[in-house]
Amino acid sequence: MGRFSVRSVLLGLVAPVGALVFAALVCALILALTGNPPLDTVDAMATAAQRPRTLVNSLNSATQYYLAAVAVAIGFKMKLFNIGVDGQYRLAAMLSAALAGAAFMDGVPPFLRVAMTIVAAMLVGAAWSGLAALLKVTRGVSEVISTIMLNAIATYLVSYLLNPARLAENVPGSNNIGTRPITEGGQVPGIDYPGSTSKIFGLVFLAVLVGVVYWFVLSRTRFGFELKATGLSESAAVASGVSVQKMVVWSMLLSGAVAGLVGMPQLLGSSHSYSLDFPPGLGFIGIAVALLGRNHPVGMAVAALLWGFLDNAANALDVSGVPREIVLIMQGVIVLSVVVAYELVRRYRVRAEQRDVGRALGRTKTLEEVSA
Amino acid sequence: MSGGVTLEQKAVSAKRGKRLSPMVYLLIAVGALAVLSLVRVLSGATDLTSSGTVQAALIAAVPIAMAALAGLWAERAGVINIGLEGMMVLGTFGAGYAGYQWGPWAGVAFGLVLGVVGGLLHAVATVTFGVDHIISGVAINLLAPGAALFLSKLYFADAPGGGQKQSPRIADAEKITIPGASDLLGTVEAKRWFFVSDLAGVLRGLTTEVSLLTVLAVALLVLTAWVLWRTPFGLRLRSCGEAPTAAESLGVNVYRYKYLAVVASGAFAGLGGAFLAVSSGQFRDGQTGGRGFIGLAAMIFGNWRPGGLATGATLFGYTDAMALRGSGAVHALLLLLGIALLVVAVIQYRAGHHVLSGVAAAIGVLFAWWYFTSDEVPPELVGAAPYVVTLLVLGLASQRLRVPRAIGVPYQRGQGV
Repeated sequence: MGRFSVRSVLLGLVAPVGALVFAALVCALILALTGNPPLDTVDAMATAAQRPRTLVNSLNSATQYYLAAVAVAIGFKMKLFNIGVDGQYRLAAMLSAALAGAAFMDGVPPFLRVAMTIVAAMLVGAAWSGLAALLKVTRGVSEVISTIMLNAIATYLVSYLLNPARLAENVPGSNNIGTRPITEGGQVPGIDYPGSTSKIFGLVFLAVLVGVVYWFVLSRTRFGFELKATGLSESAAVASGVSVQKMVVWSMLLSGAVAGLVGMPQLLGSSHSYSLDFPPGLGFIGIAVALLGRNHPVGMAVAALLWGFLDNAANALDVSGVPREIVLIMQGVIVLSVVVAYELVRRYRVRAEQRDVGRALGRTKTLEEVSA
Repeated sequence: MSGGVTLEQKAVSAKRGKRLSPMVYLLIAVGALAVLSLVRVLSGATDLTSSGTVQAALIAAVPIAMAALAGLWAERAGVINIGLEGMMVLGTFGAGYAGYQWGPWAGVAFGLVLGVVGGLLHAVATVTFGVDHIISGVAINLLAPGAALFLSKLYFADAPGGGQKQSPRIADAEKITIPGASDLLGTVEAKRWFFVSDLAGVLRGLTTEVSLLTVLAVALLVLTAWVLWRTPFGLRLRSCGEAPTAAESLGVNVYRYKYLAVVASGAFAGLGGAFLAVSSGQFRDGQTGGRGFIGLAAMIFGNWRPGGLATGATLFGYTDAMALRGSGAVHALLLLLGIALLVVAVIQYRAGHHVLSGVAAAIGVLFAWWYFTSDEVPPELVGAAPYVVTLLVLGLASQRLRVPRAIGVPYQRGQGV
């Protein structure tokens, strides 16, 4: 299979790169049409990229996006659409923040305290996605619909619990409301980076670990094989003795548990409490990153870094007078064009394979021979 | 109690696949109003059926109904459209942009046009390129709010009365009141008689200060029902959602119908957004607040049928209105939900689904218990009602739901088996 290496690698790269170029062109056009010179925008972003602070913040954002992407990808591998990552991580972050900040946790040894917080978040995430799994296996409810509903319910639930009368308190000196701050023993220290005041999240290693485990489970264990098999062909999986219902429940629970981790780097690394300004929408970014990285552990890491960089470079745009939303437009265009590009490449591959087979057989059959 | 008996008989025959007749719908409506009235008398929450609540509910229901119609058009042709939320956002921006300059109706038209743009994008991705429908929808939901905010900063920041995240004021659409009827019904409503005053309150809400936008929305609902179920065009469109290859074999151009359906879906979503912006007087960032998803929920609640989704939209609009009024009336909704769940439990028990019936009864009792042990529902939780109700419907009555068969399945001409 000599051609396997060159052509398939090229074909694998052409879709994401092509989508990025296309998105950049679309944005350049929009900028030009609205009277902002595109080159100035690129310049502003490039200048921002060189600041150590932007790098650190990009890496920190990427850590969260990567975790969200892995959570989504676990479902994708089984053709399950966990749109609910968004609700799962917010509810998990909120409840585990309340637990970690509670007064009785002050006496617990630091390591145990952090571990308890993380495990609590995973359990909450899994429980919330488990509801969708339960509805799917017992009542055949599409997980897309149920997780959309659960996302909204989580929003209202969080705003109910985030009230001074319940799990939260007023943040001194502001209108913000948050859970009781986690004291030093329950925090995860960050890593200093020269030239930047902000630190790299200590839990960046958690994201790496999750990526490695994701890779190992999918490609080196029986469970991972059955998961992929169910996603590729449900009937074939059933025929070889896989219980699809069991796989649905397990993959949703795992996806939810990883979703629970999404808020942890921020919670334990910098904000130390869940408040009104905790970053929302990470679950949807996770979907975008998983798509761009094709559910591959390394691909998603690259996509997460790109996303993180785009988000943080956007801050520099406001200074130079360009609305920072151009980055949101760019991200949306990237997602749309990358999925279209993957589909086009897939169709091209099928045709190329057919051509190769025809060539290998010497010639293609004529229409008369086929119908004969 | 002959009414109750017919109701039950009809319900039994409906289970055997017969459609409910208009008479039964009327009976159900009367029954529901009677229960509502009873709850009002018991709980003293006059807001439950006041004309003010009905008016507010109507205003809240219209954008939801438009989003639900948008979902109906796309899904009946086999295309899932969770990009509704994004298309609605485009509609709100369009209404803000044209509305403050050239009046509310220009706003409505421009909102529709921007919705069509969103629909076209979804159609190109899903129909031409065969991209997964959910993915395309998610992408549109990421793209549209960004685009709207970008444009808003561009066009509204320097406009008089506008801001970075909001448009200048838009004049409201004309409102009509049926003279005479309003005053007469108002007197009856004030008497607080059982049932009669409630009926008067509802009727007064429906005849006083009704926006022309609402009238248009109702007309569009009827038009959709007629086009999709009473014309050859509608039959072909629905056949693309049930069995596209069969439709293809009969000479239907499936691509064209899917395109038309998704573009129409975008148009309705854009209209929904425009109605929202015009009736609240301006475009604001984040104005839709998940109404596209609530519309989707209303459509599912309504079993992919126009009458059903109108009921769902009214119900969700009603909850919205109650939440806005922030009164003890919301508390009464708990009891209503409990009663409804117990009815479901009885129906499921008679159908032989004992486990399901047990679950419904347990949740119903839980809601009733919540009602009797508390004095009010925390306002933060009221907004969750449409979503909870939809999950309950999906979980407890899903065997009555009938999804278009080929929904979400990518279609390619000549590739069918």
